[in-house]
Amino acid sequence: MENLYLLVPAAPLLGAIVAGLFGRQIGLIGSHRATIALVALSFIASVVIFIDVLQGNLYNGSVYTWMTSGETVIEIGFLIDTLSATMMMVVTGVSLMVHIYTIGYMQGDPGYQRFFSYISLFTFSMLMLVMSNNFLQLFFGWEAVGLVSYLLIGFWYTRPTAIYANLKAFLVNRIADIGFLLGIALILANVGTLDYELVFTHAGYLASRTIEIVPGESWMLMTVICLLLFIGAMGKSAQFPLHVWLPDSMEGPTPISALIHAATMVTAGIFMVARMSPLFELSVTVHSVIFVIGGITTLFMALVAVVQNDIKRVVAYSTLSQLGYMTVALGASAYSAAIFHLMTHAFFKALLFLGAGSVIIAMHHEQDMRKMGGLKRYMPITFGTMFVAALASAGVPGFSGFFSKDAIIEGVLLSEIPGAGFAYFCALSTVFVTALYTFRLIFMTFYGEPGMDSHTRDHLRESPWVVTVPLILLAIPTVAAGWLIDPMLFGGFFTEAIYIDAQHDVMAKMGESYTGIFGMMIHALTTPPFWLAMSGIFTAWFLYRYQTALPGKIKKLANPIYILLDRKYFIDELYSWLFAGGLRTLSTVLWKYVDMKVIDGLMVNGTARAMGWFAMMGRRFQSGYIYHYAFSMIVGVFVLMSIWLFPF
Amino acid sequence: MLFGFPLLSLIIWLPIISGLIVFLMSDRNTQAVRWVALAGSVAGFLVALPLYSGFDTSMGSMQFIERNVWFERLNVYYYLGVDGISMPLILLNSFTTPLVVIAGWEVIREKVSQYMGAFLIMSGVLNGVFASLDAILFYSFWEASLVPMFIIIGVWGGPNRIYAALKFFLYTFLGSLLMLVALIYLYQASGGSFSILDYHHLPIPMTAQILIFIGFMVAFAVKVPMWPVHTWLPDAHVEAPTGGSVVLAAILLKLGGYGFLRFSLPITPDASHELSWILIVLSLIAIVYIGIVALMQRDMKKLIAYSSVSHMGFVTLGFFLFNPIGMEGAMVQMISHGFISGALFLCVGVLYDRLHTRMIADYGGVVNRMPAFAALFMLFAMANSGLPGTSGFVGEFMVIMGSMEVNFWYAFFAALTLILGASYSLWLYKKVVFGAVANPNVEGMKDISAREFLVLAILAVAVLALGIYPLPLTEVMHVTVDNLLEHVARTKL
Repeated sequence: MENLYLLVPAAPLLGAIVAGLFGRQIGLIGSHRATIALVALSFIASVVIFIDVLQGNLYNGSVYTWMTSGETVIEIGFLIDTLSATMMMVVTGVSLMVHIYTIGYMQGDPGYQRFFSYISLFTFSMLMLVMSNNFLQLFFGWEAVGLVSYLLIGFWYTRPTAIYANLKAFLVNRIADIGFLLGIALILANVGTLDYELVFTHAGYLASRTIEIVPGESWMLMTVICLLLFIGAMGKSAQFPLHVWLPDSMEGPTPISALIHAATMVTAGIFMVARMSPLFELSVTVHSVIFVIGGITTLFMALVAVVQNDIKRVVAYSTLSQLGYMTVALGASAYSAAIFHLMTHAFFKALLFLGAGSVIIAMHHEQDMRKMGGLKRYMPITFGTMFVAALASAGVPGFSGFFSKDAIIEGVLLSEIPGAGFAYFCALSTVFVTALYTFRLIFMTFYGEPGMDSHTRDHLRESPWVVTVPLILLAIPTVAAGWLIDPMLFGGFFTEAIYIDAQHDVMAKMGESYTGIFGMMIHALTTPPFWLAMSGIFTAWFLYRYQTALPGKIKKLANPIYILLDRKYFIDELYSWLFAGGLRTLSTVLWKYVDMKVIDGLMVNGTARAMGWFAMMGRRFQSGYIYHYAFSMIVGVFVLMSIWLFPF
Repeated sequence: MLFGFPLLSLIIWLPIISGLIVFLMSDRNTQAVRWVALAGSVAGFLVALPLYSGFDTSMGSMQFIERNVWFERLNVYYYLGVDGISMPLILLNSFTTPLVVIAGWEVIREKVSQYMGAFLIMSGVLNGVFASLDAILFYSFWEASLVPMFIIIGVWGGPNRIYAALKFFLYTFLGSLLMLVALIYLYQASGGSFSILDYHHLPIPMTAQILIFIGFMVAFAVKVPMWPVHTWLPDAHVEAPTGGSVVLAAILLKLGGYGFLRFSLPITPDASHELSWILIVLSLIAIVYIGIVALMQRDMKKLIAYSSVSHMGFVTLGFFLFNPIGMEGAMVQMISHGFISGALFLCVGVLYDRLHTRMIADYGGVVNRMPAFAALFMLFAMANSGLPGTSGFVGEFMVIMGSMEVNFWYAFFAALTLILGASYSLWLYKKVVFGAVANPNVEGMKDISAREFLVLAILAVAVLALGIYPLPLTEVMHVTVDNLLEHVARTKL
């Protein structure tokens, strides 16, 4: 079995190397065949491992020793349990779909092989992240996915916006990574190991310690560690206020928006917190922080999605909001619900993105929804699959998103941790907003009068099979994955992988009143989320199908609010003024004044000048005139004699 | 193990002698000169390899010892030996020399024999610095290493080379004078010994320790260079030819770091503890302040020079944390910095050879014309930002881990490099490599030749290998570092 574990990340790595280094030799078809075959192999291996894990065969072992120093031993290794096996399935499954889809989407692009190399490299990095059994490898995967994300956002490197967005994404993530790295360092400094299992056995010790970061202020060590780790998660999973990079990341080609910026990489933060549940469970304070951050992200990002006209940006803000849901679930200690939503979201959001990509292909790379409309007739498969994804996203009973989102909202309602009330309000009201923007997208794109020019309109047609087959294959779990709620949330599926303190085990409480899938669906009809979702869809229909002049009027009427949302609360402007501008000014001052004027000008060259001055003065004494020397001799004798005659 | 065989002498004198031969060949047949220089440097690397394979990692004392009388009356010995600290540095130096020779292959057209000869001689001399166990021998090699670099900058340098060469020479030379004073004091105090190892066990009163420590500190801090005695480095780098910058960054700066480990810490342990806070603060200033300064540089070489100073801050920070992971991390950082800064200067050299400008604004969209170069440059830029999987991560990671054991804020300020390093490295990359072709000059650029590819690819492999599997390097340092830390923990008053 160990070899199979190794095969899962090794296969896509090999694919990345082959397509990356020998892409020119093996050609376009060779590159995509090689990478797809190897990712498929990885997917099959993941399925086999998943089945094996279901039979109770867990694994935790090292592959090689990375480094030793003093007492510290850091190893690279794998931890295979239900959590990592689930993630492996999701990552390799979505990756495989995206690989196939890419054949259609990237056709004719000069960077074809490079693109396949990157997405395979991404798959490898993400697998290293989820399969890790230690913090070092986690951090490696964490940064490696960041690197590939950087490369892929900037894939079309001649576009100024793309190379601005990728730098921004990398740097914002780096800010968060400082927190993450410091959290890891605190763990190592206190327990002397980075191995998950050993760290978890010391969790009680960590919780009993305090740390004085500000002298005189004693804080719980565990709270500090978890806060730092969570800052890392906020960067990767794009939580407010570090979310600014994700919408801009849409500059990259659409397949990677689906794979990296919706389904997998951005969920790494959620996964990490779930993986660290034995630590997070020991600090209530952190849960409150998570509630607030998650709640803000959920609601406020969803509101932005309502006013976007770029089809990809709507989906991007929707992703932010859905990540907020997962974060809220983490706050409620409903880790399994977070992972469950992560999984269903991976499917329906990847489907939404790939569907949007299919639309973009047909529209000749036009992304403005105002120029679309009426596409239903031309693209039946894209429409059908995206409609399914929209239903799941809006949380209509029966579709996957309904089950996972409902579980989260229910969990937050049951939670007694401070902050739960705020998070519940955000999560609940967002249900309405989600349904509204999702169906706004559907109506603007597929219904109504075509808004494109006649040339584009004449060429409108359904995308080729390499695009539509992945859509159909993703539509299946988009409907069906929700039905796994039975085993995954209430069947003790994650018992081995996730630790929940009995005092705030909301999932157990929820399980007491759980009466099966159909019971849940019928019960939902009497709860607010269902009616909020329905009214959201209705509102979207009313505004964009029935009274189509109304949105324009509302926009005029509530103009300040519209501008606030359209400019994304001016956070980008604030950051670029405060951080980018501030740092540039500081840099100039330190360089031009402190470094060049004070240190180099005054101290270094000043010393040289002073030496020169002394030498000049010294030279004056060596004038060569006898009477100068005689005079100084007389002065000298006089001074010496006075000292000798009048000893003080 | 090669008992009795004077391996270290061979490692020192083979490059020097081949350098002299190259020097004497003069420029009648420049092609032959290049090949002889290459053969000499490769031979120099090959003879250094047994140092690793024959190294006994369980032994705490010096290995490959050679000891012969030099000046009997003064008790000066030709005394050589290596431990887990100096051995990797000799390997790094011997590894770098062939790369520098290849990098200068077609680029240097004037006074080829002198150029190649200077590099070979410097390579041997630097090996001598790392292998010397006698203070006078050490000091001779130490000062001798200045001469070839002075000439390299002064002869093959840029327009302002005389100022830069003089500044480089005077700065480092003045620094080492204080070290000489300290060595003379130690000679007296030890009753007439020049053996560095004797000094390690010499009891010294606190006041004297502090003075000696400061004497050494000035010499080494200038070399590293630490803030605020760093301003000679950007000037020297900007004016130096590519090869000069590579050796300067990869090896010469390491002399300072090595000095702290061989002299300051073991000879004056009490003063080291007493004054460690100064070194830590200066290191953190280097990491943060210099990192910020690097952000706004318009000259590629200046940017990398400042980045170099910032990364060397991790070396001095790691030494004065007094824990194994910090010290070994600092050692790893020295080796890794040798690879990465060397590679970055080579990358700038590749660009400079094509457009003859170092200004960032003169480039843009290089990737369109030079995709292979862009890929390699990307790897080195990422390594410079400390990306895990590259060598740049290992040292910084270990030092940050070590800092956390001492103080949260040390670790915090050191960790700021995650942002700063990525900011200036990727900003440089964005401006130079990404984007549409900026001007007709860039349009005419040709991708790297096989020769340039070879050099950069070798360094790329080194950067990745050390990042993925640093154990072989940390392993050879363990016993030496543990012994050193144990030694430093004991008082010598």
